[in-house]
Amino acid sequence: MSSRNKILARWDSLWVIRGELSRRTYLLFALFGMLVPLAAWWGLSVSGWMDKVFMPGPMEVVSRAYTWFMDDELSHDIWISTYRVMAGFALSAVLAIPIGLMIGTYRPVQAMLEPLTDFIRYMPAVAFIPLVMLWVGIDESSKIAIIFIGTFFQMVLMVAEDVRRVPITQIEAAQTMGASRGEIVSLVIVPSAKPALLDTLRVTMGWAWTYLVVAELVAANSGLGYSILRAQRFMQTDKIFAGIILIGLIGLTIDQLFRWLHRRNFPWMYKK
Amino acid sequence: MTIKISIQAAHKTFGSGDKAIVALQEVNLEIGSNEFVTFVGASGCGKSTLLRCIGGLETLSSGSIKVDGVDINGPGVDRAMVFQHYSLYPWLTVTENIKFSRKLRAGREDLTSSDVEAASGRADALINLMGLNHVRDAYPNQLSGGMQQRVAIARALLPRPQILLMDEPFGALDAQTREVMHDMILHVSKLEKTTIVFVTHDVEEAIYLGQRVVVMAPRPGRVDSIYQVELPEERNQDMKLDPGFLQQKKAILTRIRETAGMHTDYELLERMTQQAAQQNDMQ
Ligand SMILES: Nc1ncnc2c1ncn2[C@@H]1O[C@H](COP(=O)(O)OP(=O)(O)O)[C@@H](O)[C@H]1O
Ligand SMILES: [Mg+2]
Repeated sequence: MSSRNKILARWDSLWVIRGELSRRTYLLFALFGMLVPLAAWWGLSVSGWMDKVFMPGPMEVVSRAYTWFMDDELSHDIWISTYRVMAGFALSAVLAIPIGLMIGTYRPVQAMLEPLTDFIRYMPAVAFIPLVMLWVGIDESSKIAIIFIGTFFQMVLMVAEDVRRVPITQIEAAQTMGASRGEIVSLVIVPSAKPALLDTLRVTMGWAWTYLVVAELVAANSGLGYSILRAQRFMQTDKIFAGIILIGLIGLTIDQLFRWLHRRNFPWMYKK
Repeated sequence: MTIKISIQAAHKTFGSGDKAIVALQEVNLEIGSNEFVTFVGASGCGKSTLLRCIGGLETLSSGSIKVDGVDINGPGVDRAMVFQHYSLYPWLTVTENIKFSRKLRAGREDLTSSDVEAASGRADALINLMGLNHVRDAYPNQLSGGMQQRVAIARALLPRPQILLMDEPFGALDAQTREVMHDMILHVSKLEKTTIVFVTHDVEEAIYLGQRVVVMAPRPGRVDSIYQVELPEERNQDMKLDPGFLQQKKAILTRIRETAGMHTDYELLERMTQQAAQQNDMQ
C-alpha cells in the first residue's frame, strides 16, 4: 500500500507546473514521444487497413532511401537542395541584418522601411513564383530568389525587433561614458543583440527549407523537393516519405548546429 | 564651498497639448563640489527626470544646467551615471565591464601611454575597492544584485568623473546588502572626492547618505523643501537610531506624505473592521 503511494507521489511530482525533470526521465519521455508515432506508423502499415501503395511502412522507406542513394543520385539531390537553401538564406541574412539593425536603431529608417516591409511580408511569397520565373528564368537563381523572397522580409522585421529589445539602460550607460553613436551600435547594440540574432537566423533557416520545397516543386529538375514531386507521378509513396523525412533530418541537424553555435559563442548565457 | 552644478529655472515638459506632463517646474538648485545630495519624493515627482537632465540624457524645455559654470551639452565623461539595474553588459566579464569606457574614443582621447598604464592600475584599484577581486572574471548574471551594482559603480568611476549621478541604485537590493552598499558609497565619496547626486525613495537612505536632502513634490514636479542633515561627517549605522535622525526622518516622511496627496483612510479601515466583526457575530 505504502509503496503504491510512493509511486503515485513520484508520478504526481512529474506534473508540477514548470517543474524539473532529471535528465534520465527527460530522455525517457523524449524517446517515448519519438517511438509512439513511429510504432503507430508501423502498426498502421502492417495492419492492412491502408493500401501499401499509399502507406508504406518504415522498412520500405528505409530501403527506398538506400536505393535512392545507390542508384538515383540522392547525394546530388541533397547537395543541390542544401546549396539552394544556403545561398538564398545567406543572401537574405547578409541584407536583412544590416537593414534590420538600422530599422531598430534609427527612427527615420524605421518609418521609411518598416511599414513597407510589413506590407510586403503579407504578400504570399509563393505568388511571386510566376513573376520570378519570368524575370529570372528557371535556373538556379530563380530557386534562390524564391527562398530569398520567402525569408528576407520576415528576417528584416525580426532583426529589427531583436535590436529594439536591447535594454535602453545598456545604451544610456554607454552614452554617459561618452560613447559616440557608432560606438554604441558596434560596442553595445550589436553584441547585446547577437544571441537573439542567431536565434532569428535559426528560425528563418527553417522557413528557407519550406520555400526550397515550394521552389523545387514548381521550377526545378533536381533536388529533394523535385524528387518528391516526381515520386508522386510514379506513385512512389515510399520515396515521398523518404524525401520528407530526409528534409526533416537535415533541418534538425542544422537546428542543432545553430544551438551548438549559440552555446559556444555566448557562454555567458549558459553560466549560472 | 565651490559650486559644481548649478541648476537655474529648469523646466521640463513631456508631450504637448492636453497630454503635456510638467515633470520639472522652476527648479533652482546649487550643488557644491564633493557634496553628497540626495533626492526623495513621491513617485512621479521628477527625480529621475532631473537626474537624467543633469546627465544629459534628457534636455530641459527651458532653463539651464551648468557644471563648473559651463552649460552642459548632452552626456559627458565628467558626469557618470549609475542606474537601478540592467545596465551592465552581460557578454563582458566583470573586469571587461569596468574597463568598458577605455574602449571608447572619448575615454582614450588625451591619454599618453603612461596614462594608459595608470588607468590599468586604476581598474585594479577599483576592483579591490569594491571587493570584486574574487569575481573579476565572472559574468554579470553570475553575480548577486549587490555585486552587480558594485560593478556598475566601479565602471562609472573608472574615468574619474567629477560627478556621479545615481538613480535608486540600491532600490532592488535587500536591506542588509543595502547597508553595506551605503557605507561603501560614503567611502567612495570621501576617497574619490566625487560630487554625488543620489535619487532614492527611501528616506532613511537619503538622510544617512546625504549632506542635504532635497524633497521634491509631484504634479507639477518641483523642489518642495531642502533639509540640512545634522549628522557628523563620519557616518555609522548606529546613527540611524539617534533621536535627531529619527526626528528628521519623521519630518521628511510627513512632508512627502503631504505633497503626495495620498494617505491611509483610517475611517474606512475602521468601518471595514466593524463590518467584519458584525458578520462574525451573526454566524
Ligand atoms: N519619457 C517620458 N515621456 C513622458 N512622460 C515622462 C517621461 N519620463 C517621465 N515622464 C513623466 O514625468 C513625470 C516625472 O517622472 P520621473 O522623473 O520618472 O519621476 P520619479 O523618478 O520621481 O518617480 C512622471 O509623471 C512621468 O510619467
Ligand atoms: Mg524614478
